[in-house]
Amino acid sequence: MTTDVLIKVENLQKYFKGDEIKALDGVSTDIHKGEVVVVIGPSGSGKSTFLRCLNLLEVPTGGTITLEGVDITDPGCNINLHRQKMGMVFQHFNLFPHMTLLKNMTIAPMKLLGKSKEEAEKKARELLKRVGLADRADAYPNQLSGGQKQRVAIVRALCMEPDVMLFDEPTSALDPEMVGEVLDVMKELAHEGMTMVVVTHEMGFAREVGNRVLFMADGKLVEEGTPEEMFEHPKSERLQDFLAKVL
Amino acid sequence: MEQWISNLKDQFILCFIEKDRWKLLVDGIGNTLKITLVACLIGICIGVVIAIVRSTWDKNHETMRKGLGKSLLAIANGICKVYLTVIRGTPVVVQLMIIYYIIFASSRNGLMIAMLAFGINSGAYVAEIVRGGIMSIDAGQFEAGRSLGFNYVQTMRYVIIPQVFKNVLPTLANEFIVLLKETSVSGYVAIRDLTKAGDIIRGATYSPFMPLIGVAIVYLTLVMFFTWLVGKLERRLRDSDH
Repeated sequence: MTTDVLIKVENLQKYFKGDEIKALDGVSTDIHKGEVVVVIGPSGSGKSTFLRCLNLLEVPTGGTITLEGVDITDPGCNINLHRQKMGMVFQHFNLFPHMTLLKNMTIAPMKLLGKSKEEAEKKARELLKRVGLADRADAYPNQLSGGQKQRVAIVRALCMEPDVMLFDEPTSALDPEMVGEVLDVMKELAHEGMTMVVVTHEMGFAREVGNRVLFMADGKLVEEGTPEEMFEHPKSERLQDFLAKVL
Repeated sequence: MEQWISNLKDQFILCFIEKDRWKLLVDGIGNTLKITLVACLIGICIGVVIAIVRSTWDKNHETMRKGLGKSLLAIANGICKVYLTVIRGTPVVVQLMIIYYIIFASSRNGLMIAMLAFGINSGAYVAEIVRGGIMSIDAGQFEAGRSLGFNYVQTMRYVIIPQVFKNVLPTLANEFIVLLKETSVSGYVAIRDLTKAGDIIRGATYSPFMPLIGVAIVYLTLVMFFTWLVGKLERRLRDSDH
């Protein structure tokens, strides 16, 4: 793990309905290159909003996000270019149902990175092979199980060769027996040095793979630290409370 | 009974064979199909553009930053709403006659004017069909497109519209069939479509039965043919959801 800051988040705020609901209330943190940051917290704590703000799927009400030295919350910045560097994996997979897996994975590199069809397909097939779905390249998403869909969603994002991967509760919509296969892919990715921000309820994953754990509650970053510090010696009462409930 | 049949045969010969009157019908079918197909294409183009403007406004106007973009979108949305209200609030025959006798008063190219008039009319209905289709696509599809780095237009083009097209195809096909039948009022502006051809034969032979029933059968056959065609297309599009 190096100390280069990849994403710098400063005083991030997101209000809904005027300023009635404070989903994010001044969150600041740095995400370093090669780091696996796991965000935990009770539902409604703002952890998904935090993640979705990082690539501006939610436009923050206030604060700044700096990606590789560029302030992406500046209205003059071309967010589409910066999103290419941030792969995102959703709770509900969001594969494109009208395209084959191969097409799902090659359309963005071809249209956005200007890759040739052969080049994009070669890369896509390699990645599919890595997640054990090499023989399903021409299948449609609806022919897959949930776990398979999520594995494809992960490699679809990887096809854009992002600098950081954002995971928004990637295993929450899966049947229990399929959670493992998705976590395995994520673990492998982490070991290869990919920078990852993961919102999850999988405490085992957080403990085993995370370099740093952020605990959020009521839109605030309540506590952060290494998995060991967080799980073995939680300082704040909120975190102790939360851990008592989920562990 | 025998007499009735031979009477029918005489009428058939009188209405369709004599003086090559069947050619009138064939020309009529040709014109009806030309008007319907071109109007349908115009309608889809107008409809898709309006649907995108309307749904973009509906989904984003609360969260958009103030500025030139938002103002332009607001104006475009306003124009679309006026268009939808006017077109859906007046009968197509009246629109056809206004376009023929007032707007293009100096032109006598009836066929082109009819294509345009029915296209503009159909556009309003297609717009609402497509807008419903866009609104029914899961927001996650849109987010997935944007998260890969596609801009708004690219996401619409590669991700949303192909799915919308598949979802609305049956409704769109229904609109096409309605349009095919609606063109039967083209005779109002001196176009020899299928209905008008039947009417001309009726006038010339003083025999209403054969030409009118004949015209009805031709319409029915056309509609049944297109329904079958759309069914085939739908089955092919369905290949992707097993």
